[in-house]
Amino acid sequence: MKQKSLTYILIAINIYVNAVCEEAMAELSEKLLTILSERNEFDTLDLSIELQFDHQRLVGAVKSLQSLGDVITCEQRNSKQWELTDEGKEIAEKGSHEALIYESIPLEGINQNELLGRVPNGKVGFSKAMSLGWIQIDKAAKDGPRVTKKVEAIEDGVKEICQLVKNFQIDKITEQQKNECKKRKLISEVKIVSYFVKKGNDFKTSVSKQEIELTADMIASGSWKDKSFKPYNFNALGLPPASGHLHPLLKVRTQFRQIFLEMGFSEMPTNNYVESSFWNFDALFQPQQHPARDAHDTFFIAEPEEAHEFPMDYLEKVKTVHSIGGYGSQGYKYDWKLKEAAKNIMRTHTTGVSARMLYQLAQKEKFTPSKYFSIDRVFRNETLDATHLAEFHQIEGLVADYGLTLGNLMGYIEQFFKKYGIKKLRFKPAYNPYTEPSMEIFSYHEGLKKWVEVGNSGVFRPEMLLPMGLPKNVSVIAWGLSLERPTMIKYGISNIRELFGPKVNLQKIYDNPLCRLDK
Amino acid sequence: MIELPANSINQMIIHPSTAAVRPFAVAAILRDITFTQERYQSFIDLQDKLHQNIGRQRSIVAIGTHDLDTIQGPFHYEALPPKDICFKPLNHKKEYTAIELMELFSTDSHLKHYLHIIQDKPVYPIIKDCNNVVLSMPPIINGDHTKITLKTKNVFVECTATDLNKAKIVLDTIVCMFSQYCAAPYRVEGVKVVSPDGSYLMHPELPYRKEIVSPKEINKSIGISEDASSIASLLTRMCLPSVIIDNGQSLEVEIPPTRHDVLHACDIIEDVAIAFGYNNVNRTISDTNCVAEQFPVNKLTDLLREVIAAAGFTECLTFALCSREDVADKLGKNIKDIPAVHIANPKTLEFQVARTTLLPGILKTVACNKKMPLPLKLFEISDVILLDKTKDVGARNQRHMCAVYYNKVAGFEVIHGLFDRTMQVLEVPNNDYKFIPVDDAAFFPGQCADIMVRGQNIGKLGVLHPDVITKFDLNMPCSVFEIDIEPFL
Repeated sequence: MKQKSLTYILIAINIYVNAVCEEAMAELSEKLLTILSERNEFDTLDLSIELQFDHQRLVGAVKSLQSLGDVITCEQRNSKQWELTDEGKEIAEKGSHEALIYESIPLEGINQNELLGRVPNGKVGFSKAMSLGWIQIDKAAKDGPRVTKKVEAIEDGVKEICQLVKNFQIDKITEQQKNECKKRKLISEVKIVSYFVKKGNDFKTSVSKQEIELTADMIASGSWKDKSFKPYNFNALGLPPASGHLHPLLKVRTQFRQIFLEMGFSEMPTNNYVESSFWNFDALFQPQQHPARDAHDTFFIAEPEEAHEFPMDYLEKVKTVHSIGGYGSQGYKYDWKLKEAAKNIMRTHTTGVSARMLYQLAQKEKFTPSKYFSIDRVFRNETLDATHLAEFHQIEGLVADYGLTLGNLMGYIEQFFKKYGIKKLRFKPAYNPYTEPSMEIFSYHEGLKKWVEVGNSGVFRPEMLLPMGLPKNVSVIAWGLSLERPTMIKYGISNIRELFGPKVNLQKIYDNPLCRLDK
Repeated sequence: MIELPANSINQMIIHPSTAAVRPFAVAAILRDITFTQERYQSFIDLQDKLHQNIGRQRSIVAIGTHDLDTIQGPFHYEALPPKDICFKPLNHKKEYTAIELMELFSTDSHLKHYLHIIQDKPVYPIIKDCNNVVLSMPPIINGDHTKITLKTKNVFVECTATDLNKAKIVLDTIVCMFSQYCAAPYRVEGVKVVSPDGSYLMHPELPYRKEIVSPKEINKSIGISEDASSIASLLTRMCLPSVIIDNGQSLEVEIPPTRHDVLHACDIIEDVAIAFGYNNVNRTISDTNCVAEQFPVNKLTDLLREVIAAAGFTECLTFALCSREDVADKLGKNIKDIPAVHIANPKTLEFQVARTTLLPGILKTVACNKKMPLPLKLFEISDVILLDKTKDVGARNQRHMCAVYYNKVAGFEVIHGLFDRTMQVLEVPNNDYKFIPVDDAAFFPGQCADIMVRGQNIGKLGVLHPDVITKFDLNMPCSVFEIDIEPFL
């Protein structure tokens, strides 16, 4: 934004103008002190008339003397004064409209329209001149109404009055004349603040120039002791430091990473955006004909089109549980096809990575209870709008241990959100193909005064865990949310494109505050 | 199911010709039903919903409902060449051949989406009664002859499908939901469906399944301690009638045909939890003790981000999907030479490929912020995606860092300085890295180099070619470097 550079320019001009004015001001202040030492006191208004000096500048000099401490004393006086308006000033200089009209009429007279065209404010001047008896008009003239001078010479009274006002001699005009001028908007009454100035306790006749900054030379030579320094103006902003900035969304990511690490969760390796349908869907017991696997929700890959390597024993078990059942399940009873599972996609969730991790965990000799998390990018081929992009970040946490309960899941979620500053949580039944029970997580939004959804969670289905080879009494509980949503709520952003992508407003990144999640 | 004498059972005979296009069919009859406007609308809505969801937009399952009194069994389900099919479709006045129907419906906003399911097949499915009256041509449209009105009393429901299990689920759902409006409520009349090989089944099967569950296990899974009879009543409330057996050690749960979603005991456990009330369960943490580990490349990334920001650069966050041009043409390269992952079904050209370099994203960010005061100093540390035959999926991510300096003058020394700083904080001594001048179409001739660290090429730095600058809609000189940071792990 231009503001920053504009500020710099203004500061520069300010400093220059200040410097020039300082000089002139110092001169004037000295002069006033001299006058004061001679007369002991003066009134600024009277003085300005006497010295033919602009009153405001005089007041400025008095004020700067005031800031030096007890050099002078000031008493404020309020008075009213008549001043010329712009029109009045012009008349004082050039003459009234009626006089100008009179002057414009040649000896032989002149056509009325032509006359009116020659003089600015011709109409006003014309009617005035007529009423004063200075001119006459012959309406029956051959080529339109003709105007001629009626008197030999005129006295431009209005001009005289204006000049009197200009010279502060308003007491010389009558009340009637004053009202006439007021009516014609030639003069206006203004309030004047003037000062009655007297010598102060520390009166001295010279004013030393004030320093702005302490310099190294002054310190070395000790000359700072003999100088007076202008007090720093604390009301202006300082110079913004040159800095780099981190991205707001990634600052929030850092905080969430921190929350998980504080809770003892280890980070999963999620650096693979391309995933096979097998790990993204099939391993999670999501059937092959499921709507989420549709082309209009998922980005399918043209190259590399298919994954070519799977843990084959495990794959057979997955195929069985889908098509026939087993592990205590009825299964989906359909023809499971390897070709469908081999299709590569841009992953729709990071749960595929969770599946890979759980499978690795199951292959170990002895099962060790584990806590994992990830925060990384996922892709959806959905309709885009102000709050939806094709890419966003998913936060996922999971715990794998013996005998975990639904109550444990709610407990972990409560702890997690507490670190995020949310204390009131409620859970509602939901549906996910790969968790049962499933719960939607709601928190109470103080501002909106209603419960809003903040995440999703569930217990992974046995059909997902048992084919991997995890022990029967091990449960895996998990929860997830998006990174963008809490960020947009926290920073009051309504369009996600302001946060993610090239259309971000860099100024907003520059000005973004610390990310304090629990505030 | 209504018990009927053998000779009054209706039959539907499936002909072998259907195998080529839509092999499975099931059917059932709702007797003495009473429709009101509301019930009728609901009947239509249910069929629509089932078509959309489990029917996968009619491609897997299609439903046809007919006024039984207008037709006569046995019914024949076969597949015929399109020219041999001719009937009056629903709500039309005259007869059309199947070929004409395809033509007619190609502009119908509702039906045109389903034509492709059978359009190019040599034969189309068709259901007729014993008098050759056409019931329907699944999955497109029913015949007008059998249309159901508010006055219809007996309904013949048929489902044709490519997945038998799903067809049964759909049929079960329809009859379970609407049999309550029959004169004998919750009773349905079966239809004998004869397969091409002569075997037959009575439909709907309406299977009731019994599952034995352990109250102890249920309590343990949820984290509550209810006794067996309490759990039994919770389940019964959820329409899973349960009785206590084995002296309270087990429960026998009856799973009705309306609950095809109950696949495993865990589905029953969820129902117990829902009936109990999720918010009534005690929330506790387990004592799963783990020492947390960070993923190394993420840890390194977060450390580097701080350093680059401290050096005065601002972080961007850009999209991983972009157009082919972004990674090829605009950088003076040919897409064929780029090891990029290509998307099969992009909705717009913004999603054609996955990025192989961070540079286009950052340049686009500059282009959207041209009004900001110069210089613009931006960076990003994030993943690019590259083809990789050694990976099981055929592609991998690689963590890159890219920095861009955009100003009235190219300021190459600034970018060079930032790179030196990066090497300094990674503890790479000056002698361990060097620059090899190289030609690259994206860079200004003579102002580009490969960066070699300990003999490994980790990336490039240089001044961008004016062509690149203009193609990204920019107008000032620009210096950049982009490197792979994984060698520093």
